[in-house]
Amino acid sequence: MHEMSLAESVVEILQEEARRQAFARVRTVWLEVGALSHCDPEALAFCFDVVTRGSLAEGARLEILRTPGQGWCLACSRPVVVARRGDPCDSCGSYQIQVTGGDAMRIQELEVD
Amino acid sequence: MCSTCGCGGDDHGQSETEIAPPPHPPHTHGHDHDDAHDPPADPGAAGRRVRVEQELLAKNDRYAAANRQSWEARSILALNLLSSPGSGKTALLVATSRALAHDVKVAVVEGDQQTSLDADRIRATGVAAMQINTGKGCHLDAHQVGHAVESLALADRSLLFIENVGNLVCPAGFDLGEQARVVVLSVTEGDDKPLKYPDAFASADLVVINKIDLLPYVDFNVDRCIAYTRRLRPAVETLCLSATTGDGVAAWLAWLAARRTDLLQARRARLAAELAAVDGALNPPPGATPQP
Repeated sequence: MHEMSLAESVVEILQEEARRQAFARVRTVWLEVGALSHCDPEALAFCFDVVTRGSLAEGARLEILRTPGQGWCLACSRPVVVARRGDPCDSCGSYQIQVTGGDAMRIQELEVD
Repeated sequence: MCSTCGCGGDDHGQSETEIAPPPHPPHTHGHDHDDAHDPPADPGAAGRRVRVEQELLAKNDRYAAANRQSWEARSILALNLLSSPGSGKTALLVATSRALAHDVKVAVVEGDQQTSLDADRIRATGVAAMQINTGKGCHLDAHQVGHAVESLALADRSLLFIENVGNLVCPAGFDLGEQARVVVLSVTEGDDKPLKYPDAFASADLVVINKIDLLPYVDFNVDRCIAYTRRLRPAVETLCLSATTGDGVAAWLAWLAARRTDLLQARRARLAAELAAVDGALNPPPGATPQP
């Protein structure tokens, strides 16, 4: 359940940003989670509720923005959408795909007081 | 407080590191999150919007970069070993420690939920080992490993093995600063395991298929397993061996030696370039303006 560690990272980042950007409370967190990232969004949402208790983000809304996986098909030399790791190229059927994006876990924006 | 990173720890020199897991309150509600989040306390007035753009793993990645820089500066080859529990990571490291005892300094960081049994097995071969007990934690992170390595007092040009917690899911996302990642899979686990646990295999530089002495007794197709692994990481290297019988271990030792040679040659090239620069400064070519 490494989502607990990830949720703790969210709170640490919020605390650092609160000092840097001078706010006291977080109402909403917009979090980008790539389809190919090492994160289960539902587990992260559960852990976020747990670890934000008693913090500046207690009761905050977590908006998870899913981004699609991106890859480069080595067989047909074109960019492809990768729904899951290990899936074939949707145009040529090859499995020779290099993942190029969609694995980020990034806080994008906050609504704060 | 720790002088390296200000983490508040004061026991990094001890032989065992207990990293306390975060407190986890009892579950009092279900896990359905379709509509489980409380709205803001004052939904009427909108709050201020601020941009952040921060990666969740940025802090771990900073510690990992510091580990990597420190190890590369000392020509230490660091490998991160991932696998499910029981695939034979420790058996492979015991065999490796015995084989390399007279050639290379070896050190091992062991990650387990509890006990020092694995570190004890490694130490019995005469190799320095440090056990990290993660408690309820499911993976090693770069900060834990950095401190564990401090207490091992690694020799320059040594070989560092980091045996991660037996788990093919969580450790995959955490860079420890290793030069290469090795995923170990045993033939009793099934040849479709790479597809079932893609994150770990997609991050592997080398996949070791272990316990090949058991192939006659199990339904495991080595070629299929390697083909599945290449779907996830087209350029991955693979080795088949038995840590117990020693079959195939020579190829593993050769792989380690080649990685170490690459690291040492890169170091040698940097030192040669620096030496040439220093020589150039001491003996400028005729006609060059003398530098102060």
